[in-house]
Amino acid sequence: MVESLVKEYTGKLPVKLLGELKDKLTAQKINKTRAKKIFETTLQEYLDAQVAPGEAVGIIAAESIGEPGTQMTLNTFHFAGVSEMNVTTGLPRIIEVFDGRKNIATPMMDVYLKAPYNKGKDIRKLALLIKQSTLQDIIKEVNTDLMNGKIEVEILSAKLDDHGLAQAQLKKILEKGLKGVNVKIDGSLITLAPSSKESNLNDLYKLKEKLKKIHMSGLKGVTHVLPVKRDEEFVIMTAGSKLKEVLELEFVDETRTVSNDIYEIAENLGIEAARTAVMNEVFKVINAQGLTIDERHIVLVADMMCVTGGIKGITRYGIVSEKASVLARASFETPIKHLISAALTGEEDYLNSVVENVMINQPIPTGTGMPKLSTK
Amino acid sequence: MVEQQYVFREVKSIIFGMLSPKMIKQMSSIKVVTPELYDKEGYPVDGGLMDIRMGVIDPAIKCKTCGSKLKECTGHFGHIELARPIMHIKYAPLILNILRSICNECTKPMVEASKLKNIITSIEEGDEETTTTGRTKRTKGLVDGMKSTTKCPHCNAKQEKITIEKPTTYFEGEKRLSPIEIRTRLEKISDDDIQLFGLNPEHARPEWMILTLLAIPPVTMRPSITLESGERSEDDLTHKLGDIVRINQRLFENINAGAPEIIVEDLWDLLQYHVTTFFDNAVPQLPPARHRSGQPLKTITERIKSKEGRIRHNLAGKRTNFSARTVISPDPMLEIYEVGVPLITAMKLTVPEKITEWNIKHVKEYVKNGPKEYPGANYIIRPDEKKKKITDETKEQLLEEIEPGYSVERHLLDGDIALFNRQPSLHRMSMMCHRVRVLPGKTLRLNPAVCAPYNADFDGDEMNLHIPQTEEARAEAEILMQVQTQLISPRYGLSIIGCNQDALSGNYLLTSQLEFSHKEASDILYNIGVDDFSRLPKKDIVTGKELISCLFEKDFNFTGKSRDGNEVIIKNGKLIKGILDKANLGEGSGLLLRMLIKKYGEDKTILTLGQLYRLGIEILLRKGFTIGLADTDLPQKAEEEISQILAQAQVDSKDFIKKFHEGTLEVLPGKTAMETLELRILELLNKARDNTGRVVAQNANQTSPSMVMVKSGARGNIINLAQMAACVGQQALSGGRIGKGYKNRTLSHFKENDLTPDARGFIKNNFKKGLAPAEFFFGAMTGRDSLMDTALRTPKSGYLYRRLANALQDLKVNYDHTVRDANNKIVQFKYGGDGVDVSKSEGGVINVDEIIKSTQ
Repeated sequence: MVESLVKEYTGKLPVKLLGELKDKLTAQKINKTRAKKIFETTLQEYLDAQVAPGEAVGIIAAESIGEPGTQMTLNTFHFAGVSEMNVTTGLPRIIEVFDGRKNIATPMMDVYLKAPYNKGKDIRKLALLIKQSTLQDIIKEVNTDLMNGKIEVEILSAKLDDHGLAQAQLKKILEKGLKGVNVKIDGSLITLAPSSKESNLNDLYKLKEKLKKIHMSGLKGVTHVLPVKRDEEFVIMTAGSKLKEVLELEFVDETRTVSNDIYEIAENLGIEAARTAVMNEVFKVINAQGLTIDERHIVLVADMMCVTGGIKGITRYGIVSEKASVLARASFETPIKHLISAALTGEEDYLNSVVENVMINQPIPTGTGMPKLSTK
Repeated sequence: MVEQQYVFREVKSIIFGMLSPKMIKQMSSIKVVTPELYDKEGYPVDGGLMDIRMGVIDPAIKCKTCGSKLKECTGHFGHIELARPIMHIKYAPLILNILRSICNECTKPMVEASKLKNIITSIEEGDEETTTTGRTKRTKGLVDGMKSTTKCPHCNAKQEKITIEKPTTYFEGEKRLSPIEIRTRLEKISDDDIQLFGLNPEHARPEWMILTLLAIPPVTMRPSITLESGERSEDDLTHKLGDIVRINQRLFENINAGAPEIIVEDLWDLLQYHVTTFFDNAVPQLPPARHRSGQPLKTITERIKSKEGRIRHNLAGKRTNFSARTVISPDPMLEIYEVGVPLITAMKLTVPEKITEWNIKHVKEYVKNGPKEYPGANYIIRPDEKKKKITDETKEQLLEEIEPGYSVERHLLDGDIALFNRQPSLHRMSMMCHRVRVLPGKTLRLNPAVCAPYNADFDGDEMNLHIPQTEEARAEAEILMQVQTQLISPRYGLSIIGCNQDALSGNYLLTSQLEFSHKEASDILYNIGVDDFSRLPKKDIVTGKELISCLFEKDFNFTGKSRDGNEVIIKNGKLIKGILDKANLGEGSGLLLRMLIKKYGEDKTILTLGQLYRLGIEILLRKGFTIGLADTDLPQKAEEEISQILAQAQVDSKDFIKKFHEGTLEVLPGKTAMETLELRILELLNKARDNTGRVVAQNANQTSPSMVMVKSGARGNIINLAQMAACVGQQALSGGRIGKGYKNRTLSHFKENDLTPDARGFIKNNFKKGLAPAEFFFGAMTGRDSLMDTALRTPKSGYLYRRLANALQDLKVNYDHTVRDANNKIVQFKYGGDGVDVSKSEGGVINVDEIIKSTQ
């Protein structure tokens, strides 16, 4: 019964509203005539709430985001108490997102895991597989044998296991990382000797420093991992973002894993995903600050940043540089540059947007300026 | 009457381009030949920089070119013939690119002929849609390719590398290229070839980038100021032009006299310097030209650039007449949509009133009153738009003269339309339309209910008032900007105007406990502007609920919740149950207001709201409302409980610290022992603070005015009260306890590595008892930190706002419901996906539940 009404109003009402009506009417067991009346009233209210043509929705969006900006905090907060894992929040984060920066201050990922892995068993091991690890992490002691010109490294075998490496693998990694060095592994003892005869003390010290930094396992750039329990499952939060590599891992749930690096998302998942990411990132901050901004405003900004198919920041190099009007660009930043280049190319400004018309004292082509009526 | 003809003119487009020497000559009215400005009598010299053929700045003289006076003549350009060609600094990088890309011998771009054709056609096709940045990028790629070519593909000539010594000296290999040589090369480039560099030959030929003639801006854009001493002070531009003319003449003389090449070149370079600084006085490699006082000259680039420059200051921002600004003060007796205007202001600000046969009689009264008597008039406007001031002398004659077709600028009257604004104008509610109410006094008055949208308070805030002067402007202001149309914020779809402060306390008291005699109740009603007492129950004692019910319509039904979660029921216009507090009357959620708007419309709501507001204040006025120290008094038992809680917290935290030092502290996953300790202690102390707060909430006098304010939502919360009565609590810096300061300790009062609450910013005293010195210092630390935060944040968020506004300003909803930008590019097919205007919705959605409820 409700279904037939839903069908009737499909196309007239937005899907979300139809779904809500359907759920609520079915739940409350409302008879047909009343249901019909409800649908009709909803439609009427929906139509009454439509935006008027000419409404400067862009300005309203800018105001709605700009005005509470003054109320946001500047602080960056420690992430779950781990001091090295900072998260940019508040105003700086919003600015970062809207700038469309390629390198963000604190890249992060929430890595969700597939069914058998997300129960918490071996979660640390899985996390370690993602984390960038160097030899340093498993070293117990390093001895420099000056007499024989070699270095002895004692490692913690248990930790090696944690990283999912066998000794043979470790040997390979070391040989690859340290060219021209003989690697011998005996139990938990690694002996490293430069193969060239004429090695001096200096080289030995250099080698000692170098070997600590050898990348052993995990994803380069993921500096910290932190398994946390979220609802009923375990999620690995990371500092450092390597979305592509993480999604390729077999135990990772690629449908839910997210990064906070919008560029990375655009590259790997496409522009629509990036648009959603912009919205989510902004909402995260706004909700954390306890502010309320309607989603339509943020959607509009996100849409504007992504319409061209790539991410365009709200800067003089991004959206503003795309404007057709010379005067509009000049009124933002670097006016001289725009005026000179306009003169060279003989640009014509058709005065289609707001500022140019303000400049020459003409009605602006939005709102009541749209109908082009002249009165006296 | 004569049929009037209206001409509507509109600028369709503006084309930018460079000035060619020919064009400069055409628009020039004079050739400037002497650096002198005035003769002995102080009259501008013929052929000088202040020549009156370039326009006039003296009201006594007429312009020699167009014959009009100051203000009518916008000025005319002149020109200088430069003795030698001079580089234009702004085109220097482009000239370098062109020189590098063309052959030194045959001046053709160094691309093979076959490729060239393709590129040109692709540019012509591409031009239609790609943006400027796109074009520049393409040109850059092209130029980069040609730059590195060492042999011309057309004539096989070997190419020397061309370098630039900034700002304007070019070298080919070792040899210096003079502007003359460069100019001859540029002249030879064909119109087709020049398009490769993104130039449009119609508007910009490359040789124009090297100046042979210099256009002199009109006198009107560089007026001289006469000081009190009678001394003339010239504009910076005139100074600079004087330098140019002087050196140019010297150069001419030297060349004609056949002076040695070195002298000529030196002068040439000097002329180049002057012309460069004339265009831009902030070129990195050049010392800026200065006044004798040492302050740098403001030349053309500086005039245009930045916030105070021509574009942002004068073109995008305008000044206005018919406006006023003073201090604001509150007046709840005004309606919310009104603004109180001081009498003296009302006599200065005017509204033009067109005289017709029907109003001539009373308009004449205004004229009769003149400018000094209210309500009078200041000017009359004749049909030919000539303004005449009304004075005692002209009054009689003007009274005779006026007839339909004239306009009179009459004083502001009650009910006139005005725009009211407070900076910073962060959202559209920062500028709303109010009705004028002329009042005695010298401040602008507003109802405190509209403080929220303006973000105003009365600690010295000033606000602006504007009087629209045309019928269209007034209509737009009234329909689109009046306060009642702005009740719902477009940011989140909830009301931003509502009761606040005393109005909330008052209505809370009224609906929760008060009773009045019938007589007093009707007195209150009359005082708040209600003269219909028929709704008041006819009995001796009237309860507060019955009193407030008089303000609602008889068919108003409402159920909601108050702040403490209890039900509020209004049935048939009667408040049956519940207390009206911030949840229903206040801004933000303001649910009751929401329902009023929906049911009775905005105009009715704003009146009701005004009455509710005044009712609240009237109650406080009659009953008295003062907070005092006694509000924070607690019973002995509660005091003991609080000290017990705090003592326990001390003991517990010491326990943690002990465990930490012994190494027996259970470490949380992913954290170090130190971090765990900090977290644990912080948790502990916050709990202790909350517990003391709870004790206060339970034991404080529930009927004390402080408590009433907290409960009604008028001001403050229970934490504020707890801080006064029990314990201030932990001071936090960047998310943790205070830790910085001296070596391993916060203040010199403490031992090193002291981790106890006292040494790390926990304030166990309350404000009533007073803080210990160290505690006070910790409070000051966090206070300073938050001040810093605000100071740093304001400019940052301001810039973000400016960028957003600039980027999004031309997005609008079109008639087909799509959201498009100025290029007509579609950004959204339907605004926000469903086309709902947030300010017409309820919190951004259509409230289905309410609809279901309403259709019984």
